[in-house]
Parts: sequence; structure tokens; C-alpha cells
Amino acid sequence: MIGSVLAALVIGGAVAAFAIVWRPAIAAIDPPAPQSFDTALVRRGQDLAAIGNCNDCHTVRGGKDFAGGLPVPTPFGTIFSSNITPDAETGIGRWPEAAFRRAMRSGVDRNGQHLYPTFPYDHFTNVTDEDDRALYAYLMTREPVRAPARANQLPFPLDQRVVIAGWKLLFLRRGTYQPDGTRSAEWNRGAYLVEGLAHCGACHTPRNLLGAERASAQFAGGDVDNWHAYAINAQSSAPVPWDAEALFTYLRDGWHPDHGVARGPMAQVVSNLSSVPPSDVRAIATYMAGVSGAPAPDRKRRLEEVLAQARSPAEQASKTNAVGASIYAAACATCHETGRPLPYGGVNLALSTAISNPDPRNAINIVLSGVRPVEGERSPIMPGFAASMNDDQISALLRYLRARFSNQPEWTGVAKTVADARRTQTVFLQTSSGPHNAPADATQRDKP
Amino acid sequence: MMTLKVNGQDHEIDADPDTPLLYVLRDDIQLNAAKFGCGLGQCGSCTVIVDGNAVLSCVTPLLLLEGKQVTTLEGLGTIEAPAPIQRAFMEEQAAQCGYCIAGMMMRAQALLQKNPKPTDQQIRAELEPHLCRCGTHMRILRAVHRAIRLMDTADAASVAPGRAQ
Repeated sequence: MIGSVLAALVIGGAVAAFAIVWRPAIAAIDPPAPQSFDTALVRRGQDLAAIGNCNDCHTVRGGKDFAGGLPVPTPFGTIFSSNITPDAETGIGRWPEAAFRRAMRSGVDRNGQHLYPTFPYDHFTNVTDEDDRALYAYLMTREPVRAPARANQLPFPLDQRVVIAGWKLLFLRRGTYQPDGTRSAEWNRGAYLVEGLAHCGACHTPRNLLGAERASAQFAGGDVDNWHAYAINAQSSAPVPWDAEALFTYLRDGWHPDHGVARGPMAQVVSNLSSVPPSDVRAIATYMAGVSGAPAPDRKRRLEEVLAQARSPAEQASKTNAVGASIYAAACATCHETGRPLPYGGVNLALSTAISNPDPRNAINIVLSGVRPVEGERSPIMPGFAASMNDDQISALLRYLRARFSNQPEWTGVAKTVADARRTQTVFLQTSSGPHNAPADATQRDKP
Repeated sequence: MMTLKVNGQDHEIDADPDTPLLYVLRDDIQLNAAKFGCGLGQCGSCTVIVDGNAVLSCVTPLLLLEGKQVTTLEGLGTIEAPAPIQRAFMEEQAAQCGYCIAGMMMRAQALLQKNPKPTDQQIRAELEPHLCRCGTHMRILRAVHRAIRLMDTADAASVAPGRAQ
């Protein structure tokens, strides 16, 4: 009796596990001819792919578009992005639309293999069938590139894709975005894009020990490529509070006079957003302005204090940190204090989120690597100082900037962060796609 | 007062610690190869080599150079005995007005000391911070490729040790 109950439990368990883990293969097709896709659909797919920032992960610096192979470092190991060109052997050329939609909706490839959530299907599951169709049409009409997948570097048991099925059971909430009838169409459009295809939370929301976004801390700031993706909810440390208008300008043009220039991994995002319909960027801005909410009353007062502090002579900060003050005077002030208009001049550092942010990494990364100009475009520029300053000198400079241009407590562990950043930035700049730069003015693109 | 090592020689410099290296080179030591272009680290014409790395001397304050070796174009070779990089630029007639060329040569030299066989793409990426208004870019690229060949045959180490570190 007990034996048969046990047997039933074991069999039942096995069936349940099988149902969770097993996904059927979807039959391969002959790669569809590019001409078989409607051009208007392809055009829409192009905008959607830009909003989804697909090229950022699926392209290696100097490599062919969408051919994959970018190493994505995670706390669990390194995962390489896949080839999503329509190459029949190494890309998605033999994927029917249903297979593409399943990958977007639930993170399963054509063969029925679970995909690692580095591919953010926890967001893409919100994308409508219609938009998936447009994305599919766009990708299937790109140049096919032969580029075999690179093997992920993951320890056992994480290299077993069975594990992903368990992760999905815990963290993947399938289903398309459900509009909120009490909100405007623009807000709903923004919510659909932000929570879905644009997957803003993938970087800006902190993750738990299992690598899933913490729903309770949505948009509270996260980590990506050794940069800090700033908090973009009410905890934002931007000295000037964001509003929808400022967000729109920043996302569209790559910079805003009250906030400076988009840098690090965000540069590619704004570069992509410069070419999509402005109404979509406005919708994203409207939704995100709602997420960060109206600024707390003390925000404006804090800003005024910081600005006054930056205008007054730097006696205190200079006395305690003469090295930092001298470096700032010779290396930084020529651009950051001469009042040249952005984005060609440097932002007043009292307005810089990098300086007021609790995490100093972004400021350190910028000092080390600078801001590289975009080829063939008018764009912001800043020299990097990795070659001329040692770690102690950069630390001294960073401590000075923090004391002089914010009213926040001192950063801790700056020296170690500088050493780490020097090591990791070199790797990032070698592997990241594109120039990682924002256009200075989207309306001026292609008109150097 | 601080000691600044330039092209293998010690110089006693009496200047504020936040004085840009470029001013000291040109005004105090009379080494005029490095040029003042923009003063903002955006054009590259002031580039010199510090401990083997190309550095923009207009945004490098003196206090960062304690104990470091500075090399300027004058330290690579002379008119009578030009260094391979200088010969290559002359042979390709890479200069038109010449204002940017000292900086271009210094960054190319720093690159070739680290990587004697860079690809064309690597050279272009490395020289990205340098502006040239005359438009001799293709000659400059040819000159760097020629310098690679010259150094390969003539031995890059023909530059006196202690000069181009």
C-alpha cells in the first residue's frame, strides 16, 4: 500500500517535473525570403528593436550587427549573447514566427531549450503578438551572419538548463501587459514599453540572490557592466528632480542641461531612442515621471544648498584635500567651470548625479575613460585620465568632488573602487558594442 | 620647487602644483614640440608620453608627475638622427601645417612601444582623440604603418633607453 502511494508520488512528481522542464521543439522552416515581409512591418520592427536595445547585447564592438557573442558578466558566470541574424545554421534563420514569439514570451529556443534570463524575457513576456511579429520581420530581414554561439562559462549545476525551468517557476510571470483603464493612453503606452520591450528594470532594479529583479524595490538602482544604473524611482539621487519634460529631452537627445550627458551602458540606450517615434519616447517619459513621483519638498532646498556650496570659494574642501583641489583646478575646471553650453562644455558638477549618487563607480569610470566622441557626428567629448593619474590621485580627486559638489556623506572604499574600475573598464571598453556614446543632438544626426 | 624628469634630464621647476605640464614644457624648459591647441584635452596636439602612456599635457597638472618620466617629441630623435616614427612621418610627408603632428607622433609612438604590430583599425581607434584640420589623415595612417616597418627592420629599441620609456 505504502509502496504504491510512494510509486504514485514519484511518478506524479516526475510527470510534474517533466511538465515544468520539457518544451517541445518547433519544426524548422526554410529561411523566409526578405521580400516576403511587409516593409511597413519591418520598419515598425526596426523602431521596436531600437526601443528594446537589442543591438546592445547582441552585437560585439566592431562586429556584425545582431551576430551575438557579447560576454555578459553575471554573478553566476559569463553568458554570451546569441546570434539573432537570419543565418540558417548559426542564427535564427530556421525559426518560424511561433518560435520567436515563444522565446520572447517564455524564454525557450526553437529546439525547446530553456534560455538564460540574461535575455530579459521576464520583461519581453509583456510584448504583444503584433509587436513580436514586427520584431521578427525586422530581424529576419537583416544580413545573415555566420557566427556560432560561444559556450557560456557557468559552474555546475547552473550550466544545466533544467535549472532555468525552476527559476522561471519562481520568477517568470507570463502574460501580455494589461492596460490600466484609469490612466491615459500615453501613460499606458509608456508602461507597456517600460515594463516590456524597453526592459528598463533589467538594469535599474536591484536583483535578489537568484538574479531576479526585486519587485519590492522596483527601479531602486541596479548594477550593469560595472556601472551603477541609478535609482529612477523616488530614491533618485539626481540633484535636480526629474520630470517628464527633462526625461524626454534626455532620452531623445542623450543629455539635459540640468543632468548632463548619458554615459556608460545608458549611452547606447539613448542612441537607440534618438531614432524611434518621439511619441514613444514621450510615453516612456510620462510613465517614468509617474514612477519617480512629485519631488519631496526638501529636494529643491537641497539643490539650492549644493549650488550655493559650489559657487562659494572651496576653502574647506581645498584645505583638507589640496591634491584633489589642484587636480580639479588644472584638469577639470577648464571645461566644467567655464560655462560652455552642454553637451560640449562640462556639466556643473553640482548638478551631476554621478557625484551625488551613493555609489561612486560611474564618476570613477568617467574620470578614467572619459567620453569618446562619436565618429561622423557632433557629440560630447571628455578626455580620460587613466594614463595620467594613479589610483591615489583619482581617489583624492573623487573625494574632493564629493565634498565640494554634493552635500552627501563621504564615499567609503573609494581607493578599492578605483582599482576595480581600472581593471574592469578596460575589459568593458574592449567588448562593448558601438561607440557607447550618445548623439549630441538627435536632430543633427548624419549632419556632422 | 619640484624635480621634473623630461627626456631623461632632471629639471628644477618653480611653479604651482596645478600648472599644466604643457605650460612648463613650453615656457620653462623651452621644449616647443607639444602644442597648445584647445587647452581642454579635446584636440590632442599637446600629447606627450608619460611612463610609456600618451598623455594630454594641457590637462595634466604638474603635481601628477612626481617621480615620472616625461618624453616629448624632442626626446625621440634629432634633426640629424630622427627616430623611426619621425622618419616615417617625413617620408610620407604626413604634415601639412604640422600643428597636430607632434601629438599624433607621440601617441603613435606610445602605441607602437606597447604593440609593435597594430592593425589599421587599432591605429585609427588609438588616434581618435587627435584632430587634424588640414585633412592629412590618410598620410598620417600611412606614416604609422611605415613606422611599423621601420621599427621592425631598424629595431624599435634604437631610441635611446631612458628617453622614450
